[in-house]
Amino acid sequence: MTIVASGRTVTSGGCGRRLRLPHQPMLRHLVLALGGALMLFAVTSAVGPYTDYQIGQIGIDAVAIAGLTLLTGTSGQISLGQGAFIMVGAYGAGMLFVHTKLPIVLALSLGVLVSAAAGVLIGLPASRLRGPYLAGMTLALAIGLPAIPVEFASVFGGEQGLTVTPPVPPTGVDPQRWLTWIVLVAVLVMLVLLGNLVRSRFGRAFRAVRDDEVAAAISGISVGRTRMVAFAVSAAAAGLAGGLLGLSTGGVIPDAFSVGLSISLLAGMVLGGTGSILGAWWGAIIIVYAPQWSTTVSSGLGLRQGQSSNLALLFYGLVLIVVILVAPDGIQGRLVRLWELVARRMRGPGAGAGDGGTGSETRAGGGGSADLETEDQETREAAT
Amino acid sequence: MQRFVDLTLNGVTNGMIYAVVALALVLIWRSTGVLNFAQGAMAMFTTYIAATLIEHHASYWLAIAVAMGAGAGIGAVAERVIVRRVETGPALNPVIVALGLLVVLEALAGIIWGGSLRSFPAYFSQLGVMVGHSRLAFSYFDLYVVVSIALVLAGLVVLFRFTSLGLRMRASAFAPDVARMLGIRVGRMFTLGWALAGVVGALAGALVAPQLLLSPNYMDAIFIYGFTAAVVGGLQSPLGAVVGGLALGLTLAYVGGYLGSTLEALGALAVLMVVLMARPRGIFTRVGERRV
Amino acid sequence: MPGLAVTGLSVDYGHVAALVDVSFEAEPGAITAVLGANGAGKTTLLRALTGLVRSRSGSVRWRDTELTGRSVEEVVRCGVAHVPEGRGVIEELTVEENLRLGSLWRRRRNRRGFDEVFELFPVLEERRSRHASTLSGGERQALAIARALMARPEALLLDEPSLGLAPIVTGQFMRRLASLSREEGLTVVLVEQNARSALSIASTAVVLNLGRVVVVDRAEVVAADVQLRHHYLGF
Repeated sequence: MTIVASGRTVTSGGCGRRLRLPHQPMLRHLVLALGGALMLFAVTSAVGPYTDYQIGQIGIDAVAIAGLTLLTGTSGQISLGQGAFIMVGAYGAGMLFVHTKLPIVLALSLGVLVSAAAGVLIGLPASRLRGPYLAGMTLALAIGLPAIPVEFASVFGGEQGLTVTPPVPPTGVDPQRWLTWIVLVAVLVMLVLLGNLVRSRFGRAFRAVRDDEVAAAISGISVGRTRMVAFAVSAAAAGLAGGLLGLSTGGVIPDAFSVGLSISLLAGMVLGGTGSILGAWWGAIIIVYAPQWSTTVSSGLGLRQGQSSNLALLFYGLVLIVVILVAPDGIQGRLVRLWELVARRMRGPGAGAGDGGTGSETRAGGGGSADLETEDQETREAAT
Repeated sequence: MQRFVDLTLNGVTNGMIYAVVALALVLIWRSTGVLNFAQGAMAMFTTYIAATLIEHHASYWLAIAVAMGAGAGIGAVAERVIVRRVETGPALNPVIVALGLLVVLEALAGIIWGGSLRSFPAYFSQLGVMVGHSRLAFSYFDLYVVVSIALVLAGLVVLFRFTSLGLRMRASAFAPDVARMLGIRVGRMFTLGWALAGVVGALAGALVAPQLLLSPNYMDAIFIYGFTAAVVGGLQSPLGAVVGGLALGLTLAYVGGYLGSTLEALGALAVLMVVLMARPRGIFTRVGERRV
Repeated sequence: MPGLAVTGLSVDYGHVAALVDVSFEAEPGAITAVLGANGAGKTTLLRALTGLVRSRSGSVRWRDTELTGRSVEEVVRCGVAHVPEGRGVIEELTVEENLRLGSLWRRRRNRRGFDEVFELFPVLEERRSRHASTLSGGERQALAIARALMARPEALLLDEPSLGLAPIVTGQFMRRLASLSREEGLTVVLVEQNARSALSIASTAVVLNLGRVVVVDRAEVVAADVQLRHHYLGF
């Protein structure tokens, strides 16, 4: 029995089933997103404003990392410049927030479009580059682009940047909590879209080009255009992150978009699990909370302020190295393996690997997510 | 006219620094196929070691020698312990590992030596040389920079072209499996490549420190420019590294001098994009080479 | 002095048994031919001897040293040279550099001089400064063999050396190989598709079929066994 988008059940036999395969992933993503939204609503309502703010930051980082993971994981193009696209979106939406009275949704969407356009522009030359040359170009982007708002200070506010007045919340709602809800809704929407994209023929094209360019070209896929689309989509996600960042922190300053941002996003992506949207959430949690945890540890050890931030960095660097050496598929990868192990045990001996499919579908927490990854899962889904 | 000459001289001196960083990157790329993002941080660390020795009254040259030795050590250990495990497998992994190494080194430097700026001696006069009545933007120290880097370059060329060791290293880089079947200890050649890069980096770090002052992050920008130079020149080619470095140094000097220093980074970005659009694998990479 | 002693060697490629319980001895100063149809496991045997593939079980003793479990470099440094089927010429280096590379692990005084290998393969002398990428297939084969000889190996494993060589050159080479083996006490293991020419210079023949040894005997005996030849060797 299969539930189809319209709610009708489909019976077998007769003239054959109407599978409506393309709709199924979207429904599943929507359900997951809704579940995640409810959970997040509950959590944010229960905690204080500062934690709400942090949850918002996690959401922002998650959508940025999700875009990056699509570019680097699914499409195989290593990018050290995600921060630059975040900046484009931040200034794009930010300028609209400051100079116009457009509703938030519109301003954010336009910021996304501007960022996507930047993605196309950069994607054009970048799609011809491979490996270290692509890394070099994106790195240069991450460093060079933040110079623009400083150089054109009259337009962009220079080093001070832009100041964004936060929207007025409905009565009785804490302003920080309201902002966080806005952020999370926007993030979940984008993640659902990203998840659907990955399941679509675009996602298959991304993977095909990543795995074997020549084979992909022979099967009629335009390699250059596919890679460029990946850049555009990734930039769009980053653009949303930027717009939301400006909104939630009340300002847009060039300093926030340094190379360090791009590198931490990359690290978060790898730690959480490259190629996985759920992994993006793990990575975001790590990025937001790691500095805090290390500060706690080092003040527990009685170190000075300067030493403690260095200790945090040391810890961060060691984690990066150790995780790659020990668990290169990141947190999400390990969880998936653990789950499949447990699922296989629970079904008892004699259960084939195919049963792992149902298990890997049910994910707790974090909305809008289905794994972007393995072909295995794809064939399992095609079979259901 | 004077300004142009000054900027050119500046560009050449800086360009040589970028060239030597690029050279270290090319060394590691050619010998192990990994892009060493921690190259600048390694150089920073060894320079701190040299600075500590100098503060304890060691001679400049002894300190430099020790720094180079430390560079060899750090490079060798990094390759053997960490990078060796990720040399095969997805290309993203060595990048992250190298970034991790970078962060660890910078954090350690901060913990051991503190974050405040330190000075580093230049040993030679940094005052511009007098030509006739005017003072050039080129000092004896700058001459020392250019000469020492040229010597390093020459040494590397001799090593790779004319020695058996260099031949073994090249073979290990081009075709490690074949090299093994010729009795070459390929693993050792990889470690040696990283050790050499560490030595070269140590020199770069010591040459840059007098002007920029020592801090855990002081090599970051230099590394970026060196990286850009290596990419522009094509990661396969030591000659490309030098040409790329000089070209970049000159471009940045002119951009910074005539258009303002905030635009320097954008200038580097523009150079990079222009070159890569015309030659996606760098200027000097011959298309069809095995390791791309 | 003992040569190469292979006992009970078994190799698996995944679930497929490529070699099963192979045993034979290769004497020094003589040529041992390894024969059989395509897919019989001849190449796998050589690769297992050098350590390019791991054996599941069995032992390979070379002059009282156990070779199984050692890395490829170590096996080669024990004096065992392997000229693989794909030849493995390094294209980015010149002919001369390729040759020199072959000799490097040996101490200088024990290396073979260039003139000796040039005598064997004059075409290499003509091309000595050219990049190996410019060589034809047959020239690359010559280079690969010459390179292996540069370190004066004590054991030489050759995988189809005649492939790509002109018949005249093959004949010359085979004769030179036989005399080299006698003069220098080389232990030669020769894998050949062309069983007839191999048998003419070999002293021992090992015939493989589907990974197993069919017969190990003196070369004349195998050559005289018409049924065997028809069945497994194609002539």
